Amino acid sequence: MLDHLVKQPILWTNALTKQVNTGDKQLTILQDIDLQVNAGEAVAIIGASGSGKSTLLGLLAGLDLPTSGKVHLDDVDIFTLDEDSRAALRGKVLGFVFQSFQLLPALTAIENVMLPLELSAASHAEATARRLLDRVGLAMRLHHYPKQLSGGEQQRVAIARAFATDPKLLLADEPTGNLDSATGIQIIELMFELNREHGTTLVLVTHDEALSQRCSRQIRLADGRLVQ
Amino acid sequence: MSHFKLSFRMLRRDWRAGELNVLVLALVIAVSGMTTVGFFADRVELALSRESNQLLGADLLVISSQPLPEHYADEADRLGLAISTVTKFPSMISNGENNLLAEIKAVTEGYPLRGRVYLASRTSKTQTPQSEIQVAAGIPQPGTIWVDEKLMTRLDLKRGDWVDVGDIQLTVTELIVREPDHSVGFINMGPRVMINAADLPDTGLIQQGSRIAYHLMVAGEIKEVQQFRDWAETQLTKAERIEGIRDARPEIKAALERAERFLSLAALASVVLAAAAIALAVRRFTQRHLDGCAVMRSLGASQRQLFYLYWYYFIALGIIASSLGCLIGFVSQEVLTHWLTGLVETALPWPNGLPAIQGMLIGLVLLLGFALPPILNLRSVPALRVLRRDIGLSNAHSITGYLLGLAALSLLFIWKAEDLKLGLYIVGGFISAIAIFGCLGWLLIKALSGLRHQAGGAWRYGLASIHRRAVSSVLQAVALGLGLMALLVLTLIQDDLIDDWHASLPPDAPNHFLVNIQADQLDSLHQFFQQYAIEQPPLFPMVRGRLIKINGKSVSPEDYAHDLHAERHIRREFNLSWASQPALDNRVVQGSWWNEGTNEPVLSIEQGIAKTIGVKLGDELTYDIAGSHFSAKITSLRKVDWDSFHVNFFVVVPTGLLENYPVSYITSFYVPPTEIAMIHDLVREFPNILVVDVAVVINQVQQMIQQVSQAIEFVFLFTLLAGFAVLYAAIASTQDERIYEAAIFRALGAKREQLSRAWAAEFAILGGLSGLFAAAGASALGYVIGHHVLRLDYTFNPWIWLIGFLAGVIGVLAAGLLGTRSALSSPPLLTLRKIG
Repeated sequence: MLDHLVKQPILWTNALTKQVNTGDKQLTILQDIDLQVNAGEAVAIIGASGSGKSTLLGLLAGLDLPTSGKVHLDDVDIFTLDEDSRAALRGKVLGFVFQSFQLLPALTAIENVMLPLELSAASHAEATARRLLDRVGLAMRLHHYPKQLSGGEQQRVAIARAFATDPKLLLADEPTGNLDSATGIQIIELMFELNREHGTTLVLVTHDEALSQRCSRQIRLADGRLVQ
Repeated sequence: MSHFKLSFRMLRRDWRAGELNVLVLALVIAVSGMTTVGFFADRVELALSRESNQLLGADLLVISSQPLPEHYADEADRLGLAISTVTKFPSMISNGENNLLAEIKAVTEGYPLRGRVYLASRTSKTQTPQSEIQVAAGIPQPGTIWVDEKLMTRLDLKRGDWVDVGDIQLTVTELIVREPDHSVGFINMGPRVMINAADLPDTGLIQQGSRIAYHLMVAGEIKEVQQFRDWAETQLTKAERIEGIRDARPEIKAALERAERFLSLAALASVVLAAAAIALAVRRFTQRHLDGCAVMRSLGASQRQLFYLYWYYFIALGIIASSLGCLIGFVSQEVLTHWLTGLVETALPWPNGLPAIQGMLIGLVLLLGFALPPILNLRSVPALRVLRRDIGLSNAHSITGYLLGLAALSLLFIWKAEDLKLGLYIVGGFISAIAIFGCLGWLLIKALSGLRHQAGGAWRYGLASIHRRAVSSVLQAVALGLGLMALLVLTLIQDDLIDDWHASLPPDAPNHFLVNIQADQLDSLHQFFQQYAIEQPPLFPMVRGRLIKINGKSVSPEDYAHDLHAERHIRREFNLSWASQPALDNRVVQGSWWNEGTNEPVLSIEQGIAKTIGVKLGDELTYDIAGSHFSAKITSLRKVDWDSFHVNFFVVVPTGLLENYPVSYITSFYVPPTEIAMIHDLVREFPNILVVDVAVVINQVQQMIQQVSQAIEFVFLFTLLAGFAVLYAAIASTQDERIYEAAIFRALGAKREQLSRAWAAEFAILGGLSGLFAAAGASALGYVIGHHVLRLDYTFNPWIWLIGFLAGVIGVLAAGLLGTRSALSSPPLLTLRKIG
């Protein structure tokens, strides 16, 4: 029974294709992507720059619309929903960690972590945020603004924010891309620890082979196609 | 969490983080500037009207030839107004063998309600008006009489003497120098006395058929006085009428209205500036919140949620910033009032609350007008922006934003101007200026960027920057141009207009009128003037006639029973005159003036009186002049500047038509205060001539012009502050972009100096452009306002171009370099990291 639950896909795509018009010709960024991510898995999407990784991540999160194909997230065919319903689904199911942190500059560390909880009108936003920041080692930095934090610290805040709503699926886009390697390693450790603690499924986009090896499975993209 | 609570929380966070500085500053300056002007203008206006009311002795008079029914006094009393009565009539005053016809004024306690009665000091030996004067503490005691100098001299009186007034004897106790209501209307220079109304019945002079004017004087707060006026107007019988200062003195009315327009102009200029600053600040706000909104969208916020979040956010922001602005406005006008003690003689009345309400509303309307479309825009930020920063927003909504903001602003203008015409003129000028500046700016920027290959170093980069930021640059230039335009209008044009206004009433404006000069007195009067070395003033012929027919149909006062003002005109005789050219201060507004030498029976009528008696171009009017009839057709309507104090007539006909009717002459001339004795000689030599002294009224108007000019200069300080807010907002609007640019350039090895020179070039071009826009706009607006609204001949000031250009270049350059100092000094790595 348990096994069955674990094996159940939380995310799967069907013939996902994305093309853009560049003046006179059509550029295919993603072509017929079929993939499946099961609950509890940690999957790395790897590929060179321009291979379509970030576009795929955007489509998986419903931030962008495909030219054709489907994405099922938590048993919902997300492109049958309107943008607002997709946003609501994201708020419920997804957590994000971005390369450029995407913290709101006017908000302190704790307020940034509280934000998704406040948006979903959750109770105990502050207590949850405090606990998470404590967990990521920033208990002393609660009331600092992003600009007063180092890059590594900012990404810790972003990780705390990503776990604040207890998402089923965490999407991470080059989370170490803006960090030096030592800090990057720490951040990755932290992310995997939290991922385990929360039993979250992880989809990690990276061009870093070493990092991708930390994941249970690697999906390789080249010229917009899955190569394995 | 409710949207409202979260909005408020976000507002608090943004505020604390300094995200709202520019917007709040713009709003606070806008609202405080406007409320200061509002409060202050309101108080100055109140004070000015109150000062003018001194000429009336009250705020309002109810006048009748019959004793006034009690209900007028009762109603005034009920409304909490101060009341007093004056009964005026002519009668003989005698002292032994000597007697003299004098005007008797019987007053009750409280007289005068506005202004003061001045008496010759008892300690003075000479007892002439030129000697020391003191303010009367009350009214004559029963049994006593106060007399003027003329009566004192003619009857050879001194204090303590007895005089006979009707059946009683009264003791002369004081010598009147001046009383407030003396100067109103055409008053014979005959002697006048003042007694206590309690003595009136005993005089036996109040009898059926006596020529008596009963005045009820009323004074109090504006609102109650107006309430009383509204009520009383419904109660008036034919024998009764109401007079406020504006009814009594068209000159004061015109001057007051002009003063009010000047002040509202000053207030409106700060609205323009505020709007420009707010528009720029909102733009910056939107740009800085794009990322935040995208993050919130990725975190699950719906469009609706985002909209409400920012909707409440802006309402709360508007309320807070506007309240702050109102508070500052109130405090600063108090400070202003204290600075200006002595500006107006009367204590400034407490301001009413309207400017505060207006300030709040203006703050909210401006903010929401300019912010609503960007909010609508923000909610549709693509969430994908979290992954790809280059995805932004379309400009469609921002254009709607400016349109909605402009519409809101236009409505505000029309409302705030309290004058549809002024409001429409300014809105029209404002919108066309934006359109023209926008198009011209776009074209110029395109044209200038073509030059960049010829330009060297810093200039090339400056031109390139302006071109690359074309939309921002046009917006900045338009906003700065508008701001500068408002400032130029206020400084230069206001100065010019005020100078013109001063010039319209020079220090030697005629202050005495001579009426009823007979044809056979012209020569001797001419000699009299020569004798006193006074330049021969122009004499105007005057024929008196009663209007009896309009288009052949008889008219009688009864036909105008519904309009007492019109009825009075029909009942009285009109003064008709002739001229071959219209007087200088007259403008033909409809029809045309006749050709010289015409003998067609035509006439020109003043537009106000034409409206009152209900006649129009082409109507034929018939007058009864000393028993014979004279008919003429209206071929032109004139607008007369009553505050010029020149002799003017309601009805003028061509030369040669009225010469055979009984004619007298009228003239006006200036008598310096030191030469006033000459008037006494004139009265002695020409006893039939009526002398009307308007020196007090002229003085009042001149003082008013002075006071308003000063008030405007003070109010201007706030407009200047608002101008700085625009500058600040304009510079801040590209700040983030510049910080990023600086980082890249410096990372590429550019020296600080190189960068700052390039920016300086950009600011100088931007400033020069907006300076030229401003000069063009200000000249046009000045002309329109001067000509069509304030009715002054505005002469173009060529300096405005140079001043506008230089002010633009220097102002924008200085503010720009100051504002970008931090962008230059932040370490490039930090910036690039932050941007990500």
